[in-house]
Amino acid sequence: MNSVIGLNIVRFIFLLLLQVMICNHINFFGYINPYIYVIFIFLFPIREERLLFLLVSFVLGLMVDLFSDSGGVHAAAAVSLAYVRPILLKNSFGMQYEHQSIKIRNTDIGSLITYISFGVIIHHLVLFSLEIFNVSKILLVLKKTLFSSIFTIILSVLIIILFSRNKK
Amino acid sequence: MQQIFNFVIRNKTFLLFLLLFSIALALTIQSHSYHRSKFINSANFLTGGVYGTMNSVDQYFNLKTENDNLAKENKRLREQLLNRNISADSSYIDSTYSKSKYRITTAEVYKNSYSLTNNYLTLNKGKNDSIKRDFGVMTSNGIIGIIDNTSKNYSTVLSILNKRSRINAKIKATNHIGSLKWNGESPVYVQLEDVSQFAPVKVGDTIQTGGESSIFPRGVGIGTISSIETDIGGDTYTIQVKLFNDMTNVGTVYILENLDKKEIYSLENSIDE
Repeated sequence: MNSVIGLNIVRFIFLLLLQVMICNHINFFGYINPYIYVIFIFLFPIREERLLFLLVSFVLGLMVDLFSDSGGVHAAAAVSLAYVRPILLKNSFGMQYEHQSIKIRNTDIGSLITYISFGVIIHHLVLFSLEIFNVSKILLVLKKTLFSSIFTIILSVLIIILFSRNKK
Repeated sequence: MQQIFNFVIRNKTFLLFLLLFSIALALTIQSHSYHRSKFINSANFLTGGVYGTMNSVDQYFNLKTENDNLAKENKRLREQLLNRNISADSSYIDSTYSKSKYRITTAEVYKNSYSLTNNYLTLNKGKNDSIKRDFGVMTSNGIIGIIDNTSKNYSTVLSILNKRSRINAKIKATNHIGSLKWNGESPVYVQLEDVSQFAPVKVGDTIQTGGESSIFPRGVGIGTISSIETDIGGDTYTIQVKLFNDMTNVGTVYILENLDKKEIYSLENSIDE
């Protein structure tokens, strides 16, 4: 049990630093940045207390906000993603989730990509709607959501496969 | 009473979500309004430390451009100095009036962003270097923004690439004034709004600070006019200004303190009363 807590603390710090030191400064085509700290929310232990999960996600989002001077947009997006995660899990993994037996390293790649894609799109939609905060700029919100989502999804899937797949 | 408790316990996840989401929303809304002291900003011990470490590595990659910029600025200043000496010989300067009006502090940029709709920079000077809110920030090319929040050793700058930013500016050739804003789109262009229809503007003209706000001295460069549109009302122009500064690459900046600011404020307030 302790190793799970330790692993999550290390993952929290590592992803936060990776996000604020590297990913926030990529600015691909001028404005596209991946927000890979969401991996922490995707991989958080499923059987843990949900209240704790919401709180930890909020703190993670707030830390990213602290570094990027963005008010509370990341915190809001992270909490939303954490709140809808059970629904996403149910829809992408189905029976496995009902039996509480998901191991990321054992799931098939299709379900994993569905899970991450929907999660990232929800997170980015909340993020950019709040960041731009202007109904008349809805097209800009959708454009940023689309391009950043593609970037984040690809990076997240790659990182998850790289670090948590079964070594044969 | 029992039912209320039961309700809270049954919906505790949803209620916690609502609470956290509204805190985040409140912080977001607060960050959209100008001049409200913020809790969540990158001028603090933790973020400053991380960005400082990062900067100490990062700055080596920009040494060449930094050197080029310094050499250019040296050349310009030297030219000014040489030309000044010649004219100074022919006239008498009263030394009692030559007190400096601006105190300049150099600072390093620890963090810079330009792809968001509200961009901020973080500098490595703060209250300990007597940096306060509303000091101007510029480079040798032109203006960068205005100091927003300060902590002991760090400060954040409200960049001109921020929707909350309003800066008084004028057209160099004609002295017509307008206010400089940003529409959130390109980091290369800002917009000069409310310029009178009577102003004879031309593409290529230089835009400077107006010197009315007591933050920046008169005549600091901002950019050149790249296109002109008439507003819907037809009375004013909106001018696209191409910035002199490359906002995507800012290394070292100057912080300006107007030493006469108190005097100007007290004078203006006495007029109001």
